[in-house]
Amino acid sequence: MSEILVLVEQVEGEVKKVTLELLTLARSLGAPAAVWAGPGITPEAKARLAEYGAETIYVAGSSDIVDHVVAPKAELLAQLVAAKSPAAVLVAATAEGKEVAGRLAVKTDSGVITDAVGLGEGFVADQSIFGGGVNVHSRVRRGTPIVAVRPNSTAPEPAQGAGAEEEVTVALTDAARAARVVERVKQEKGARPELTEAAIVVSGGRGVGSAENFSVIEGLADALGAAVGASRAATDAGWYPHQFQVGQTGKTVSPQLYIAAGISGAIQHRAGMQTAKTIVAINKDPEAPIFELADYGVVGDLHQVVPQLTEEVSKRK
Amino acid sequence: MNIVVCVKQVPDTATERKLRSDDNTLDRDAADGVVNELDEYAVEEALKLKEAHGGEVTVLSMGPAKATETIRKALAMGADKAVHLSDDALHGSDALSTSYAMAQVLNKIGFDLVVLGSESTDARTGVLAAMLAERLGAPQLTLANKVDVDGTSITVQRITDYGYDRVEATLPAVVSVVEKINEPRYPSFKGIMAAKKKPVETLAIGDASIDPAQVGLAAAWSEVVDFAPAPPRAAGTIVKDEGDGGAKAAEFLASKKFI
Repeated sequence: MSEILVLVEQVEGEVKKVTLELLTLARSLGAPAAVWAGPGITPEAKARLAEYGAETIYVAGSSDIVDHVVAPKAELLAQLVAAKSPAAVLVAATAEGKEVAGRLAVKTDSGVITDAVGLGEGFVADQSIFGGGVNVHSRVRRGTPIVAVRPNSTAPEPAQGAGAEEEVTVALTDAARAARVVERVKQEKGARPELTEAAIVVSGGRGVGSAENFSVIEGLADALGAAVGASRAATDAGWYPHQFQVGQTGKTVSPQLYIAAGISGAIQHRAGMQTAKTIVAINKDPEAPIFELADYGVVGDLHQVVPQLTEEVSKRK
Repeated sequence: MNIVVCVKQVPDTATERKLRSDDNTLDRDAADGVVNELDEYAVEEALKLKEAHGGEVTVLSMGPAKATETIRKALAMGADKAVHLSDDALHGSDALSTSYAMAQVLNKIGFDLVVLGSESTDARTGVLAAMLAERLGAPQLTLANKVDVDGTSITVQRITDYGYDRVEATLPAVVSVVEKINEPRYPSFKGIMAAKKKPVETLAIGDASIDPAQVGLAAAWSEVVDFAPAPPRAAGTIVKDEGDGGAKAAEFLASKKFI
């Protein structure tokens, strides 16, 4: 079976869930080969990749790869594409993952598909466009298919692979070293999962009313082990940091469960969350468009409903 | 500093957007065209950099004739001149073709800094700035929420999941900006009037040595096989809170095994 390269996303040596999803997806289409870009691979990480089906683990451990923006990862993948002729390359459809895919596409003269929410035979991808209004099938016509797949597109399922390790030395060009990372600034985000990766997202909007009141949203999120999001109205008002904005000009999330509290559901917001599997809405206004999307809606004051829901969730744990 | 800011005309997200049934491309006539929102931040950043360091700001846009409205808006905000790459042969170009065509123009007109919005609201691929950096052999300073130029050195804050990276490079470079990097100015009446007199150079593909075999729908590296309106979500259960709304929602979450 042809190899399918999967670029590993990791945080401090821990493999991110989206990579396990990509390996699961790759298994249905070929032989998954994980690509570890940068230093810091651990025996635990290797075991994890193999557990989810990686037949091969390519390890390019040079710190040069992560000390420069995006280009080195594209050069590493291009080198592997040339050497191994994989059937496809899968990356996570994160902001950086898509940039890697874009540069790789140019380097390998290959087509690229971004934000796939599914991938089938012949590498035909499912995409959801125009704020979720239209479903599209698309495919690459030239070169090696490069597909950026959204987190939460597939449920990760273990299936042991050989996990044979192969070291890769990549000779970076000067161009790939042009943008140097001189400092990494970690901002406190607590124990919550990353927004675009989280299986459950709880978001607050205009109805939350103030920055202090976001503690109500955070309380429910923590009870559910969820990430916290916010609508643009809330981030524009300065109630919640901008990096948590879900919507057209912010993050796109595709979780198993999305809870929208005090969010009306304007297109700006829907574009960022409409592919969520299950949607629960809490809003005072029975006419709010968010209820058109909701699998379950509560017409009421979120300041009453959300704390009660949080309490019920905590009780049932 | 010679700054080129790339702007794209996109269909207004407040109107219904469609694909064309004949060739599966975006129907640009079905909806009103507006400036891609993130590009307004790019224009503002370009203008601020010019104000701080001197030089001029050139707007570059690729799109059909009606994209001139978008170009005029960027000029009304304060950009000095514009280049409009417009040719029927470009219709249906994907991101690879678009980046190729724009790189050809950028190589022709020259630049110290290229500034873009980090993605467009229509295709939302978020790849163009990275592709341009690759094609131009220029440092990629993308997803920036802060840009500082000092002589020929440039530093940006690149947003990441954990916070941000401080990234340094030497000009010329490609920058993409995220929302909230600045507060885009509104064009003044004076600006709108002045924009009408600012030079807009229209280029066809031949004027920028763009190979027709590398652009347009026929050359596209990827294609839409088919499309359909998303099926409406099954009508959900909507309840009115009678003091038990939270408990009822919890029941629902339990029925779906979320708790």
